[in-house]
Amino acid sequence: MKEIALHLLDIAENSVAAQSKNISIHVHEDLPQDRLSACVIDDGRGMDAATVQQVLDPFYTTRSTRKVGLGIPLLKLAAEMAEGSFSLQSELGNGAWVEAEFRHSHIDRMPLGDLASTFLTLLISHPQIDWTFLYRVTDENRQSCDFLFESAELKSQLGDISLTEPEVLTFLRNMFEEGIEAVAPQTVAE
Amino acid sequence: MPAIKSLDELKRIREEALQKKQLKAAPGNIQVIVAMGTCGIAAGARDTMKSVLNYIETEKVSGVTVTQTGCIGLCEQEPIVQVVLGGQPKVVYGKVDAQVAQKIMKQHVQDGQPLKENIIQV
Repeated sequence: MKEIALHLLDIAENSVAAQSKNISIHVHEDLPQDRLSACVIDDGRGMDAATVQQVLDPFYTTRSTRKVGLGIPLLKLAAEMAEGSFSLQSELGNGAWVEAEFRHSHIDRMPLGDLASTFLTLLISHPQIDWTFLYRVTDENRQSCDFLFESAELKSQLGDISLTEPEVLTFLRNMFEEGIEAVAPQTVAE
Repeated sequence: MPAIKSLDELKRIREEALQKKQLKAAPGNIQVIVAMGTCGIAAGARDTMKSVLNYIETEKVSGVTVTQTGCIGLCEQEPIVQVVLGGQPKVVYGKVDAQVAQKIMKQHVQDGQPLKENIIQV
């Protein structure tokens, strides 16, 4: 994985597989604190304490098509390489909370990447889920700027029109690209 | 914060799409499925998906459902794309980068001619 945004796509797919109805992705670039945090929160079936420990092991997976499950271990490694941390909290029947944190300026911190594409892909692929995407940037003057998207409102407006109609796609892509660009820090060295 | 750019714009888009739907005689069920397991994503499935959506947008193709599936156990062939046209059996493509995705959309999804050289046997 070359981008934090790709990891988020991957982790969110776990949430989908766990039969979540609501999934939130929060990304926060906190420049004065020199931190970047990304979390995925779902209300899916959750895991018991033993499973929470197991998913950190690359040789654990719930799927039957292959014998390794690399998604979570890869993200944990990426965070730890950049003076960050990783945490996973879950209870059986009570959803899951995955958070990865990085030192923003760390040379090994992978770029945030194409958040707009990740959000669009998730929304299009799983229209039945209520998504919340929050991208927050706190600048040097401690001013925060947010891009917030909630799919429930969009769905009520669109009714039975598919998200993959060309006009709708153009609308959504522009909304994500422009919304995220407007919030992103000016000096993007990515 | 502008969660949705403009609700009026969205309503207009909805009306346009509705009209188009009525024009279409038999939409049929066209599905394009991109595999998005960890293996698929690491191999570039998001770019493949982006390319599929880009084709729909630029060529104004109506009535295609784009969805995803997890790892199907052929990680070495990722990114994998499956195409289902109406009642026909599913066609599975391997190593679908952005360019191959454009070809699949044009030749298979639009013109009904599967791309033999990219099909993998499952």
